[in-house]
Amino acid sequence: MSTKDDLTIRIGGEGGEGIISSGDILTQAATRAGLNVLTFKTFPAEIKGGYAMYQVRLSNEKIISTGDGFNVFVAFNEEAYKVNKKKLTEGTVFVYDGNGTGGFEPGDLPGVVSYAIPMSKIAKEDLGTYRSKNMVALGAIAHLFSISFKSLEEIVTNKFKRKGDDVVSVNIKALHAGKDYVEKELKKKDAIELSSVEAKDDIIVIDGNEAIGLGALLAGCNFFSCYPITPATDVANWLSKFMPKVKGTLIQAEDEIASLGNVLGAAYAGAKAMTATSGPGLSLMSELLGMACMAEIPCVIVDVQRGGPSTGLPTKHEQSDLFLAAHGSHGDASRIVLSCDNVEDCISLTVEAFNLAEKYQAPVILLSDGSLGMRKEGIKRPDISKVKTLERLKYDPSSNGDEPFMRYKITDNWISPMSIPGMEGGAYVATGIEHGETGAPKYTPDNHELMGKKRFEKIKNVEDDLPESKRIGDEQADIGLIAWGSTQGDVTEAVNRARAEGLKVAALFPKLVYPVPVKAIEKFNKTVKKIMVPEINYQGQFADLIKAATGIPVIKYNIYGGFPFTPNEIHNKIKEMI
Amino acid sequence: MLMEAIPAKEYKSEVTPVWCPGCGDYGVLNSYLKALSELKIDYNKAVTVSGIGCSSRFPFFVKTYGIHSLHGRALPLAVGVKLARPDLNVVVTCGDGDGFSIGGGHVPHVVRKNIDLTWICMDNSIYGLTKGQVSPTSSVGLPGSTTPYGCPDEPINPMAYTLTYGATFVAKAFSGNPKELTQIFIKAMQHKGFSFIDVISPCPSFNKRDTFKAYKDVLKPIPEDHDVTDKVKALDIALNSGEKLITGIYYKEEKPDYWSMLNEIKKKSKASDKPDYEAIIDTFKA
Repeated sequence: MSTKDDLTIRIGGEGGEGIISSGDILTQAATRAGLNVLTFKTFPAEIKGGYAMYQVRLSNEKIISTGDGFNVFVAFNEEAYKVNKKKLTEGTVFVYDGNGTGGFEPGDLPGVVSYAIPMSKIAKEDLGTYRSKNMVALGAIAHLFSISFKSLEEIVTNKFKRKGDDVVSVNIKALHAGKDYVEKELKKKDAIELSSVEAKDDIIVIDGNEAIGLGALLAGCNFFSCYPITPATDVANWLSKFMPKVKGTLIQAEDEIASLGNVLGAAYAGAKAMTATSGPGLSLMSELLGMACMAEIPCVIVDVQRGGPSTGLPTKHEQSDLFLAAHGSHGDASRIVLSCDNVEDCISLTVEAFNLAEKYQAPVILLSDGSLGMRKEGIKRPDISKVKTLERLKYDPSSNGDEPFMRYKITDNWISPMSIPGMEGGAYVATGIEHGETGAPKYTPDNHELMGKKRFEKIKNVEDDLPESKRIGDEQADIGLIAWGSTQGDVTEAVNRARAEGLKVAALFPKLVYPVPVKAIEKFNKTVKKIMVPEINYQGQFADLIKAATGIPVIKYNIYGGFPFTPNEIHNKIKEMI
Repeated sequence: MLMEAIPAKEYKSEVTPVWCPGCGDYGVLNSYLKALSELKIDYNKAVTVSGIGCSSRFPFFVKTYGIHSLHGRALPLAVGVKLARPDLNVVVTCGDGDGFSIGGGHVPHVVRKNIDLTWICMDNSIYGLTKGQVSPTSSVGLPGSTTPYGCPDEPINPMAYTLTYGATFVAKAFSGNPKELTQIFIKAMQHKGFSFIDVISPCPSFNKRDTFKAYKDVLKPIPEDHDVTDKVKALDIALNSGEKLITGIYYKEEKPDYWSMLNEIKKKSKASDKPDYEAIIDTFKA
């Protein structure tokens, strides 16, 4: 792909220097100008200082992955340059804070087109405020690579107008200062120039965490309890603004145990309730997760995964909570685990998670991950008239006659009508202790076997509730990849490249990860000679679950350094393993 | 509320309590049933929430809706019920180990939110269901199965705790004094906000020190002229009563409950019964 169609700009610098906000603004401006965008950011676990990076991939085509690296690197300081020095290879473009005070000089970079722009100096000396440095850089970048300057001005104006005209004008001035410097002092030496596109009105820019919040509201979620944890906090941040508008209730609890406790209490009382956390929080919730299973309380638990174990890598990317999501909690505790592939999925699969929780009166864990949670994508505006929501099977007080209500009645499909407090004659005790059909404690061997079976049988066919897993590639392939979560985009790009070289490759992307979608995987297995599961964890967690559930031997392909795969890595592995 | 009162025994479920003969919890159950009756509470609109332990079997013996949750987690579950459904009467019934040991981390936060629910803590200063280990309210020296040489820990003071955390209704009662107990339950359930009652409910099987007889000698009602709005005095009674344990309402304060705070937030956000989802999505337009 030429850089006319596909350009990745990476901005690096010190945390707190405006890297993230400049990336956000660039993303918005490019979208407004009609480009597709997909972002990736990484920053230290500390608030100030340390290396922060924001990467924006821009294209006229649909973008599905973070990509392999960058075409353009913008360094706000020397440290960012040093971190990325090795990736400044032939054909890349390097923009840096140089040629004046506050900057640095990188020395000779063979094959790299370099532009030194004294961002710090212009900000401090010409504009009188160092904080405008990122705007100087943005103005320069937009002009260098023909990203609509008008859109940029509009976005900056909108962003700062609540802070007053003075703030707007300082920032606009800074954009112009960057642009002017490029115009007057630099001669364009690279060939990168994005072709112009038509602006589209039905595109929204949204990140994975916000998308989960939006999905929850569209699903009818009216209760949310949270406890702050990176990288999931933004789900709560977003919902805290909008949940009150739909007359829903959002509270911050004292810890994650309490969050899930609140959620179960609310769901028992009739609410559609959710919490969002990351690995350490899900660990704490494990015991109550078992109660949700035992007492058959519908609820949605979002896990935006980060690097583990323990505190691990709070701001980095990993897919290592699958075992916990599938098996965490003591005893035979059934649950449904879904996994989001991309930002659009974060909306629609959250709706699906609520629907499955309601249908099966069971806990549903929705897995996302740090890079997906924080990544912004320009996506088609969701059509809310197409959102289908489900309600739990409710007890009908008029249907029972004089019979006592049996909350855990054994039925053909193992799902029992659920009463809601307030319903005449529907009173029962929701309990974590083994119970008979009425809900009263009962410990007989027959009963424990029957109720244990009920809790698993009712979700046995959950695979059929979801659309068939997406399959790409050759109908008969020499190798088939099974990928879950945000790895899907990188695998798609890799498969496309391998096929362009004439290799026979296919891939399957299940959204249901537990119970393992056996039917889809067995069907896929019949069309490929071998299966490889690329995932970002040490153990090969999905690979093991697949092997356990289907007996199919699979090849594990694991990286676990804290970053997503690049399409290149997967492409090379396909060539190696085929 | 019901139009006409129904008798206390009508609030009793068909499940027979499994407590030991002579357990203080029987008295607590009877007074709770009487309070429900006197307050004409519709048992379809009441939820009794517990944790794990002897006393936490409570919800099974009452005709209201109920949750028998996990050890230490009764308060968070009850908070969820009440904030999702403020129309329901929510009462937490659990023990001292459940409430102040494993569940102790929740106490300050649920108390300070002033959620409109009632917490009845059946305090026997022992873990009964696991057959006699010392609890957070056990006195120093009390023998337990894991403390054969006597409890080395200082007991906590549930009254002082909840008062300093900001509870808006704090009382102590005794299972052996059903009249006072019922009246305190009624007042606690009528209170708009968080109410806490530490009910001394002796365990005849595993705590041979804090028996009904022993308590009868040391318990004393709160002075009739005690000003329930005086928090400093309430704390003074909580901290300085020594062997003379004082029963009665220590403190009561009128204050907006949590739900009314949430309603203020909803008003500020321009909440609507017909939310404009398209406008919410518009906030994502580039």
